[in-house]
Amino acid sequence: MNLSDMTEKRILQAPFTDETIRTLKAGDMVYISGTVYTARDAAHKRLAEMLERGEAMPFDFSGQAVYYAGPAPAKPGKPIGSVGPTTGGRMDAYSPTLIANGLKVMIGKGTRSAEVIDAMKTHTGVYFAAIGGAAALMAKCVKSAEIIAFDELGTEAVRKLEVKELPVVVAIDCRGNDMYKLAREIYGNK
Amino acid sequence: MKQIKASDITALVERLCIEACCVITDDINNKFKSSLQAETSPLGKEILSTLIENARIAREERSPMCQDTGMTVVFVRMGQNVQIVGGFIEDAINQGVRQGYEKGYLRKSVVKDPIHRENTKDNTPAVIHYEIVPEDVFHITVSPKGFGSENKSALKMLTPSEGVEGVKRFVLETISAAGGNPCPPIIVGVGIGGTMEKAAYLSKKALLRPLDTQNLNPALADLEAELLTEINKLGIGPAGFGGITTALGVNILTYATHIAGLPVSVNIGCHATRHAEGEL
Repeated sequence: MNLSDMTEKRILQAPFTDETIRTLKAGDMVYISGTVYTARDAAHKRLAEMLERGEAMPFDFSGQAVYYAGPAPAKPGKPIGSVGPTTGGRMDAYSPTLIANGLKVMIGKGTRSAEVIDAMKTHTGVYFAAIGGAAALMAKCVKSAEIIAFDELGTEAVRKLEVKELPVVVAIDCRGNDMYKLAREIYGNK
Repeated sequence: MKQIKASDITALVERLCIEACCVITDDINNKFKSSLQAETSPLGKEILSTLIENARIAREERSPMCQDTGMTVVFVRMGQNVQIVGGFIEDAINQGVRQGYEKGYLRKSVVKDPIHRENTKDNTPAVIHYEIVPEDVFHITVSPKGFGSENKSALKMLTPSEGVEGVKRFVLETISAAGGNPCPPIIVGVGIGGTMEKAAYLSKKALLRPLDTQNLNPALADLEAELLTEINKLGIGPAGFGGITTALGVNILTYATHIAGLPVSVNIGCHATRHAEGEL
């Protein structure tokens, strides 16, 4: 885990190539610029149901990042309200299917299940953790936001966001290294 | 007899909802700063700096610190002789929540029914706790509770023989299992005693005690200090990315209990553990 070398700011451009994903190691702090899509509990349920029925997805999954977030309402003149990550574990029931269908770059917070990690290893996925609760700061990284699906879900609708240097940490890399576990091995019981 | 207008309650609750979501309390902000000095993990330091910066942006721009502006928990402390005029107190509080969440651009996160899950679109109803006291007061604390931390809270009915060691074990197990999910560094509210629901209520109320105050019971103050040390040895750290700052404080409230029981409830508050209070 690379915790000490944070002098250089590493900016990643979304969408992601497998080559980029393979360079990421659990514990790396990086910044994401480009397009990300928000989807959380209700949207995941819908996407999984649509996949089961063989319907087209609302956006092309390949290399795209999904951000587990439901923003606060935008103030007049702002693209979005406060927008931090929600707990990734609640998406565990749906993620292996979505990963197998190409949606393998995820941004959330908190640990993931063994099934999700296995799917990430098989399909070269990565799970980033954004900083839970730092939502006012993260709203400033969002340059534009547009609802592209499930408008009726309100905050849980799928939004296409253009972000600039969204700060995240590689929580679980494509080899299955889990920063949450590694962190406790390093800092626990001292 | 002190009379309080329902419309004044609504206006107060509206203001407190916005203030609680946008303005971090000084005790927590000061704790961020002292923890930043003490933290040994470089990434942990980075997270703490980010949280300080986030709190500054939220305060200055009057935007919510977190997008999860919670289910609104309201604590009412009112004198037994206080009279509410011009409306029903519960309606007045919910109207305040409705107005606060609309005017403050706060997220509406409440669903009408836990099974069917249709959003009420105005963040009502609030969860309201009333405390009747002899003094002529009307005091309200609004504490919006996000569910990243609420979901990791837990309650257990211990047996008396498990004693204080059992209490410590359960608190540590709960925090360890929560890991990075409840947005650490957390504040830990512990309710011990009473009945099942009393312990749960105490653990929530305990979160409101400022971090720069001591428990008035010296034995509980010692237990809080011991638990805080043990929790910070878990290594979870800021945002769960590792470090020595897993909790900013542990607050305990106790109540009398039954000869056969030892209820313990652990309510986890995120690093912002938002609350704002006011009086009429």
